[in-house]
Amino acid sequence: MNSLQVERGAEDVYLSRMSTGASYNDQGGAEAAVEAGQESTPTSSGAGAGAGAAFGLFSTDFKKNEDLKEMLESNKESLKLEAMKRVVGLIAKGKNASELFPAVVKNVANKNIELKKLVYVYLVRYAEEQQDLALLSISTFQRALKDPNQFIRASALRVLSSIRVPIIVPIMMLAIKESAADMSPYVRKTSAHAIQKLYSLDPDQKEQLIEVIEKLLKDKSTLVAGSVVMAFEEVCPDRIDLIHKNYRKLCNLLVDVEEWGQVVIISMLTRYARTQFISPWKEGAMFDENNEKAFYDSDSEEKKDQMEAKTYIMDPDHRLLLRNTKPLLQSRNTAVVMSVAQLYWHLAPKHEVTIVTKSLVRLLRSHREVQYIVLQNIATMSIQRKGMFEPFMKSFYVRSTDSTHIKTLKLEILTNLANEANISTILREFQTYVKSQDKAFAAATIQAIGRCATNISEVTDTCLNGLVLLLSNRDETVVAESVVVIKKLLQTQPTQHSEIIKHMAKLFDNITVPMARASILWLMGEYCERVPKIAPDVLRKMAKTFTAEEDIVKLQIVNLAAKLYLTNSKQTKLLTQYILNLGKYDQNYDIRDRTRFIRQLIVPSEKSGALNKYARRILLAPKPAPVLESAFKDRDRYQLGTLSHSLNTKASGYQELSDWPAVAPDQSVRNVEVIEPVKEWAPLVGKAKQRKSDEKFYSDEEEEKEEEGSDSSGSEDSSSSSSSSESGSESEEESSEESEKTSSDSGKSSSGSEQESSSESESQQKKKKKTKKAPQKKSKPAAADSDSDENGNGPVAPASSSSADSSSASETDSEDDSDSDSPAVQKKKSDVKSKPKVEVKSKKEVSLLDLDDFSPAPTTKAPKSAVLSSSLLSDLEGLSLSNVSPAIQVTTPSFGPVKTYELLHHMTGKGLSAKYHFPRQPCLYQPSMVAVQVVLTNSSDHSLEEIHIGDRNPASLNLHCFNTIERLEPEASVTVSMGIDFSDSTQAANFQLCTKDDQFSVSIQPAVGELFMPITMTEQDFSKEQGKLLGMNETSETIAMATANTSSQAISKQVLSVANVGVVSSTQNNIHRFAGRTVSSGALVLVSLEMKESSSALLTINTEKSVMASMLLRDLKQALAQA
Amino acid sequence: MIHSLFLVNASGDIFLEKHWKSVVSRSVCDYFFEAQERATEPENVPPVIPTPHHYLISVLRHRIYFVAVIQSEVPPLFVIEFLHRVVDTFQDYFGVCTEAAIKDNVVVVYELLEEMLDNGFPLATESNILKELIKPPTILRTMVNTITGSTNVGEQLPTGQLSVVPWRRTGVKYTNNEAYFDVVEEIDAIIDKSGSTITAEIQGVIDACVKLTGMPDLTLSFMNPRLLDDVSFHPCVRFKRWEAERILSFIPPDGNFRLLSYHVSSQNLVAIPVYVKHNISFREGSSQGRFDLTLGPKQTMGKAVESVLVSSQLPRGVLNANLNPSQGTYTFDPVTKMLTWDVGKINPQKLPSLKGTMSLQAGASKPDENPTINIQLKIQQMAISGLKVNRLDMYGEKYKPFKGIKYMTKAGKFQVRT
Repeated sequence: MNSLQVERGAEDVYLSRMSTGASYNDQGGAEAAVEAGQESTPTSSGAGAGAGAAFGLFSTDFKKNEDLKEMLESNKESLKLEAMKRVVGLIAKGKNASELFPAVVKNVANKNIELKKLVYVYLVRYAEEQQDLALLSISTFQRALKDPNQFIRASALRVLSSIRVPIIVPIMMLAIKESAADMSPYVRKTSAHAIQKLYSLDPDQKEQLIEVIEKLLKDKSTLVAGSVVMAFEEVCPDRIDLIHKNYRKLCNLLVDVEEWGQVVIISMLTRYARTQFISPWKEGAMFDENNEKAFYDSDSEEKKDQMEAKTYIMDPDHRLLLRNTKPLLQSRNTAVVMSVAQLYWHLAPKHEVTIVTKSLVRLLRSHREVQYIVLQNIATMSIQRKGMFEPFMKSFYVRSTDSTHIKTLKLEILTNLANEANISTILREFQTYVKSQDKAFAAATIQAIGRCATNISEVTDTCLNGLVLLLSNRDETVVAESVVVIKKLLQTQPTQHSEIIKHMAKLFDNITVPMARASILWLMGEYCERVPKIAPDVLRKMAKTFTAEEDIVKLQIVNLAAKLYLTNSKQTKLLTQYILNLGKYDQNYDIRDRTRFIRQLIVPSEKSGALNKYARRILLAPKPAPVLESAFKDRDRYQLGTLSHSLNTKASGYQELSDWPAVAPDQSVRNVEVIEPVKEWAPLVGKAKQRKSDEKFYSDEEEEKEEEGSDSSGSEDSSSSSSSSESGSESEEESSEESEKTSSDSGKSSSGSEQESSSESESQQKKKKKTKKAPQKKSKPAAADSDSDENGNGPVAPASSSSADSSSASETDSEDDSDSDSPAVQKKKSDVKSKPKVEVKSKKEVSLLDLDDFSPAPTTKAPKSAVLSSSLLSDLEGLSLSNVSPAIQVTTPSFGPVKTYELLHHMTGKGLSAKYHFPRQPCLYQPSMVAVQVVLTNSSDHSLEEIHIGDRNPASLNLHCFNTIERLEPEASVTVSMGIDFSDSTQAANFQLCTKDDQFSVSIQPAVGELFMPITMTEQDFSKEQGKLLGMNETSETIAMATANTSSQAISKQVLSVANVGVVSSTQNNIHRFAGRTVSSGALVLVSLEMKESSSALLTINTEKSVMASMLLRDLKQALAQA
Repeated sequence: MIHSLFLVNASGDIFLEKHWKSVVSRSVCDYFFEAQERATEPENVPPVIPTPHHYLISVLRHRIYFVAVIQSEVPPLFVIEFLHRVVDTFQDYFGVCTEAAIKDNVVVVYELLEEMLDNGFPLATESNILKELIKPPTILRTMVNTITGSTNVGEQLPTGQLSVVPWRRTGVKYTNNEAYFDVVEEIDAIIDKSGSTITAEIQGVIDACVKLTGMPDLTLSFMNPRLLDDVSFHPCVRFKRWEAERILSFIPPDGNFRLLSYHVSSQNLVAIPVYVKHNISFREGSSQGRFDLTLGPKQTMGKAVESVLVSSQLPRGVLNANLNPSQGTYTFDPVTKMLTWDVGKINPQKLPSLKGTMSLQAGASKPDENPTINIQLKIQQMAISGLKVNRLDMYGEKYKPFKGIKYMTKAGKFQVRT
């Protein structure tokens, strides 16, 4: 036989392939027998033996497997392949082929890829049962893991991890770790899958696996994202902390992830969001976009206060999630659509949830099973939110071809949607359903009518009449259901309906369904006082038929008798006794019990207990009406779209959706950490990388905004509006580039600045951006500093304060440097605002490429102002200007060139001239110093050598000198920067400027306004701080304003030109606030200017440094008075 | 996620099983059979069935139940959608998805299932990727393989897996470059007794068959895109572009795919292409019923209504029907009480009608409800919503493709209550 088989195989493989189907059938007996023998294997987790065992009764022909074995061991590849195909056929049929294991495993290293794959299939299926033999194959996989072909590496890992053999756990662990770092994203994806497999094989590896998950979560490939989140969900769903850093990345990648991954990621993010954000559903909260955008406006301010404020402001990350999932509603994958829908249901503000409706209704066009699940979810949703689905009511009309459970669900939804306005339409529709041939469905409809009747009082009577009509229906179930529903309805309002009860009593003889009969009897008893004549008659009839009734009816007869006895004992005493006697000897013990109980209760006798007195109150107590409510009422405790929701029981592995936290957890955890440079100014590649993702974050947001805009304007004109905005942004892009160029040009022109300072400003700039993104971020030391600054204590950190700066001083500079065409530049700048994407990008280029030739001043300011304003402008889109207007002024560089002072005239300096100005930059050398830039020019005809700073006066003057300039050629000039600690006084710093041959005494006298550093704070903070600085610390005066200075823009310009302070955005139009702190001691300086009529204003300065205050007041007064 | 898959045929036999994790005994299907028994109709089997240790999620397609075994919480739609995708793939590979086809190609089926899921999580479901991994069996290829010893299984990672356009394989070559688009619209409607429309809506799809060389980038624009109310796209369509310009811009997959499905906004009145005059009555006390049905074209914009098929589930009390069609043929199945009338094309000059009597069970009372009439029809060269493709452009490749667009209107769930 064997040889025969081999022969056949050898000759005619192709033919046998054609007939495989038949040959499998033949083999049924043999394989089944083997299986029966191996039934005890621990693999079969289900109960009982496989169905195949039944075949064991038939012939036991092992030889066919023998023949396969021989084919496998032959050296002809085609034979082996043929054999493997047949083996796979056996596996597919659920037949046991485990005894072929040794023969199959030998082929694991075969070159033929199809054969190899089939061997893999076999291995995965049987390795668990034949662990020792399976180990033989391991080395092959280990080798394959090093294969240059990524596909082979991946499939080796797949199989290796699918072999459920505990011994190889360490090998698997190693393989997973290695593959997780593989070059190919496909292999990394496979390793993410392998994590789950290893975890289910050996849960002890959890810790190590979490490490791998953590690593893979950082992966930027969309291919990996879905799989690793799946692994996360399986292995450590509670380690929410691993998600923080990847949250934004996942949100942004989401659209590009493959569809299955999307489902998993969305459901994970839903859970995540519920733990991390505060509820958008708070009562009285405002959800309009204004508010949300106002958030961006305040980016440079303290946000926490706003969070605590009464109006709800959505966390930008929360918004990010909602925005990035929205396009997925258009997915062709129903599971994706459903998961987005549930995400919106659980996370979005109430008014936004409605956008999912259309998509859900669309899913109803899909397969029956999809409809079933979607309808279930809609049913739950429609209980809470009728309005969502009401416009689509007609989509839930039942068709005769729907399957029963779909019909019932649609009915459920229609009932949920019923309200005063649409009830007549719905009832008309229900009338058709009641006549349905599907009687179960008709009965369900009657119940639905009952529910509508109780919920909507206007139609109760109509419904009741309709139901009464149904009582004469020919169909039993319909009648019975009607009676039951009528009973419930009457119970809710029994007063006016004695007619109906009478009608039902008349129909009683024709009704045979026990439940219906029982219901009528109960009604009679309960309202016997309303039908005093009929009730005893019904009881009389019942006494006659008592023995023939169903149990449930008998119980009600006893009840009726008891109630009538209590109310009308004269007529019914005998009847009652008769019935009680019948009941006493009934077969059913329930009835016997009931009878005895009733007898003791109502019939007075010596023995009867204390209860007798209360019989009436017990039996005729008013009973609460039953509540007719949806079967889906309690389903909302489960997350929508889950298996648990579908089953209405908790499925194993269900992850509870947590309630919103009362207070939002720290948002900064989602900021992606950047390795802190050793020195602040050292440029880091890591930062640039990081910025990339940030950039995406913003650009997406921007695009979304556009989208939303078009949405709100209605789908009709959306195309036009969005396209116009597109074109608009393009032009902006150009102009922004241009302006970028000018600013960088200007940077180059102001030569001679040290590289340190430029990179310093670089890092500040980066930081600035980061703070902007998440102002609450505390992970960085510098940022932390700035926090402490704002609280009024701690040293002034120059970097931090600049990062918090609204960049007024630097603004001035750039204007200065970039020639006198400032109006044009300004205009460009304001254009830049609207396109944050572009801005960020260009900034990146700046920081990466132009490091060397940048003077500090221009670099910082251009991007700074743009970043700040970008959010502003987006805020302004379609909004009223009212609440943001003061903030705009910060960003428009509207004040004139910074004053330059003469330090040394070239006449006195023998050809050396020096001019200085205050760049309003934080000083690099010491935080307490004021930065001064000195421009040294040689106007003599010979070169000057060894320019340096000599003695100083007073000697204690803390001064940071510039490095000695070895040589200054004629007509050349050099800019140097120095730092001077003025100790918060306007006392001049005297020192000697020396050349090789001469010494010149010079002095720098600062204007009081230069001794400040601007800070940013919220309005609330401002007023809080101001409250602390009253009395002696307050200096105020009513000043006259030049008419030209009454606009808020002009005011800012004037104030900022005098003092290096920051603008505090204000909600009041007539009050302008500025905040700063003194450079040296860090004392807070708060300036507020309250506009009065007729161009006068109240200028108030609050600071501990009262001397400075009065000087500042004087300067400001002067500045504001002049046009 | 998905633990195991069982394929059950109409007679309740498990003819294929596949396990992705530890083997689950097929006895778990007993719970399914129980539910199947309880359900009167095959469609009434609940899609989700809980058992003590597992959950069974099933879909019914082509009279085969695909029963997935789940062990823990997973979105049920995830599984359902995947199972449907499996069926679609089988159909794509074997032409039909029948028990016989699956049994004949059991090895390919197994290879496919192996690639589609890894450890129960979907791995490759995109048809273009799968076809690179496992070539669809054709007789010719089977022959060649037997002779040359080559295989159906690809050795390289499919190009799509790593690319940004995973749905398209690279290196596609055709001598005739063609792109065909079928705009197919279906009317879902319920018409009440008096002939007025209770609800009507239009659902449309654009199915494409694209056979173009290289990496073409197509844009398809409509004359009246505002008709489209709610759309869902193939992943290849650039969503942003649609949002902004209402243009479909995409790099198509190779071969057949569904580009778009849409819903026409409910504001637009739906033209109902046919009307039905009916008179179906049962007289009390007599064992006879009258059946009289006439069809006529209504709003067809001058196009012929073709392939009309009328079906109706007559009440249980009907024993037989003795009818006389003016055209076409009718059948009545006395067991299922299903009446079908294959009308064919409606001739507006001579309206098709079906008249005659029904005999009822003696003594049975008159049925409460008249049967519902389901109508299927086709109208060629017209999209009932009026949707029109404006133009199709190709970028990125040099050759000139042959482009074709076809319109068709069909009746979807078109019911007339009587």
